[in-house]
Amino acid sequence: MFGDYSIGDLGSIFVMQGFAGLILFSVYVLMALGLAIIFGQMGVINMAHGEFMILGAYVTWMTSSFFQSYLPSLFSGYFFLAMILAFFASGALGMLVEWVLIRHLYKRPLDTLLATWGLSLMLQQAYRSIFGAREVGVELPQWMLGSLHVTDSIEVPINGVFVMGLTVLITIAVAYIMYKSRWGRQVRAVVQNRIMAGAVGINTAKVDRYTFALGCGIAGVAGSAFTMIGSTGPTSGQLYIVDTFLVVVFGGAASLLGTIASAFSISQTQSTLEFFTSGSMAKVMTLLAVVGILMLRPQGLFALKVRK
Amino acid sequence: MSDETNKGLQSAFRRKLLMGMAAIPAMTMLPRASFAQTPATSAINTTGLAVTDTEVTVGILHSATGTMAISETGSIEAEKLAIEQINAMGGVLGRKIKVIQEDGASDWPTFAEKAKKLLVNDKVAAIMGCWTSASRKAVLPVVEQYNGMLYYPTFYEGLEQSKNVIYTGQEATQQILAGLNWIAKEKGAKSFFFVGSDYIWPRTSNKIARKHVENVLKGKVVGEEYYALGSTQFNSVINKIKLTKPDVIFTDVVGGSNVAFYKQLKAAGVDLSKQALLTISVTEDEIDGIGGENIAGAYACMKYFQSLDNPNNKTFVPAFKKMWGEKTVIGDVTQAAYLGPWLWKLTVEKAGSFDVDKIAAASPGVEFKGAPEGYVRIHENHHLWSKTRVGRAKLDGQFELIYETADLVEPDPFPKGYQ
Repeated sequence: MFGDYSIGDLGSIFVMQGFAGLILFSVYVLMALGLAIIFGQMGVINMAHGEFMILGAYVTWMTSSFFQSYLPSLFSGYFFLAMILAFFASGALGMLVEWVLIRHLYKRPLDTLLATWGLSLMLQQAYRSIFGAREVGVELPQWMLGSLHVTDSIEVPINGVFVMGLTVLITIAVAYIMYKSRWGRQVRAVVQNRIMAGAVGINTAKVDRYTFALGCGIAGVAGSAFTMIGSTGPTSGQLYIVDTFLVVVFGGAASLLGTIASAFSISQTQSTLEFFTSGSMAKVMTLLAVVGILMLRPQGLFALKVRK
Repeated sequence: MSDETNKGLQSAFRRKLLMGMAAIPAMTMLPRASFAQTPATSAINTTGLAVTDTEVTVGILHSATGTMAISETGSIEAEKLAIEQINAMGGVLGRKIKVIQEDGASDWPTFAEKAKKLLVNDKVAAIMGCWTSASRKAVLPVVEQYNGMLYYPTFYEGLEQSKNVIYTGQEATQQILAGLNWIAKEKGAKSFFFVGSDYIWPRTSNKIARKHVENVLKGKVVGEEYYALGSTQFNSVINKIKLTKPDVIFTDVVGGSNVAFYKQLKAAGVDLSKQALLTISVTEDEIDGIGGENIAGAYACMKYFQSLDNPNNKTFVPAFKKMWGEKTVIGDVTQAAYLGPWLWKLTVEKAGSFDVDKIAAASPGVEFKGAPEGYVRIHENHHLWSKTRVGRAKLDGQFELIYETADLVEPDPFPKGYQ
């Protein structure tokens, strides 16, 4: 297939394709981080993860509409405020859900699957009733559209760079919170041994609630960022949920590093295969590879030793 | 005081009496007039449908919940508008249309079940409904078994024809071929890159498009790619498009993927004012989600655009907005859904009966001159003769009409040489 192209063409396509892979990687990490915290640290299978993302997207849409109507002069910067609002909106909803629903199910992890799936259906219908069944278009400020012109044939999408930057930032923040802060130490203690953690004076119920809220909040930020590349509708969250679980499970449930490694390998495989075969074929081959590896290593790429 | 009350009562009585007397001539005239318009129920309904002396029941069967609600909401709105207008004009054969609406909930077995309920329990005279091909395929055996009449609004892949279905949208060859001819002639296009969602409609449509490009236009298809429904990552295929530099990108991506595809295309620096793109899956409805700035410049090929400049459309669009809100947009399928109740009314009047067999037989040749898209006529194969148009997306989310076929295009659900 390369016979007809010059070396220059091939070189720039190679660069572009590298970017495509990196962008896919950032998207995967961003959508999986929140779930990795909830599923990995708490063992809760959160099927409503996509809906928490879409809440963030709707918050972004509302913020953009608000700025357009009332503060058009500040429109170019609304996105940053929108992401912060999305974090708190999804986080607050997460906290509420944990209090009403999840905390009663910690001893029955498989039931969380059913409960959160029901929750996701309820949230979808709620969005539909509140925002309408049709998709909404989130208007972006001019500077976020288009691409950076590097050479004639190499163009880097600005929104891709934005997502990459955001992913790096959030990953560093999460890593800091989980591994350097006092609160993160408490979370890890609860994960490793809930009873002992309680015995040494950690308020495990509170840790659980905030961990869940953090995971949901990050989902909200991801949803907010994805208004740049995807759709915002009542069921758009469903588009992300399968890939998200794939990344988290493949990475090894309880490990942030694993999540990142798995997002990297899946995205690179996927985007390389997409280029050499076709879109649907690439998906099939990636899934086959993941299934194959999980058969050999059921605990995922990286596994944490946990006292059961 | 009691006198006054008495007087008041008396005068009220007198007023009523006078009014009653005034109404007598009108009353004597009424029955004669209505006898002429409304034939006896027993004569026009021999199969036990839900038809009374004053009412006829019709079912609406779309997804008001679930994934497909995004698309089907517009169809529900259009059908309700048409029915309201028909009722305001006196109904069908003197009977007002009563609607029973069922929710298919984006689930195909549910569609079949609800269709059965409408036909067996409610005895509806016709069903306006379905949207995806999958839902139609699920409902088809039901309407055939219980002899119902389905008016189906979506443009679809063809390869189907039933006595019990009227297809008010375009089938694939009707929609695609004229658009390809136009772009080949107008842009001198020789090479095409196909991108679609991975299910029956895009695959069948692209198969037809490929045959046409290769055999008739003598062009070349330089790429054909499918992405799973709901895919949100298109950067790789966009790179392939950049590498192969096709004259035309031909797309039938649907649903949430659509939004992702156009946003990423724009972000990758593909300028649709220079790179020709022809889509058969983006209507005004989809642009609402995609955003006009992401798709401006693209060409769409279908039979209706909200911006069409003709007298019918100029009354249709304000009526639709008055009923459903100033911000609603009207896409191709919404307009096709609007045709359903009207075509049914005209056919019933032509047949002089609500009986499904008589309607099925009377359908070919039924003309609707008030269609927002312009004149349409039902073909022997129960599809519509209609014009095909090419529009160009503008920043405000509307299409500007660029080209329309001179004549109505014949529907050909089983195209020879394209299978």
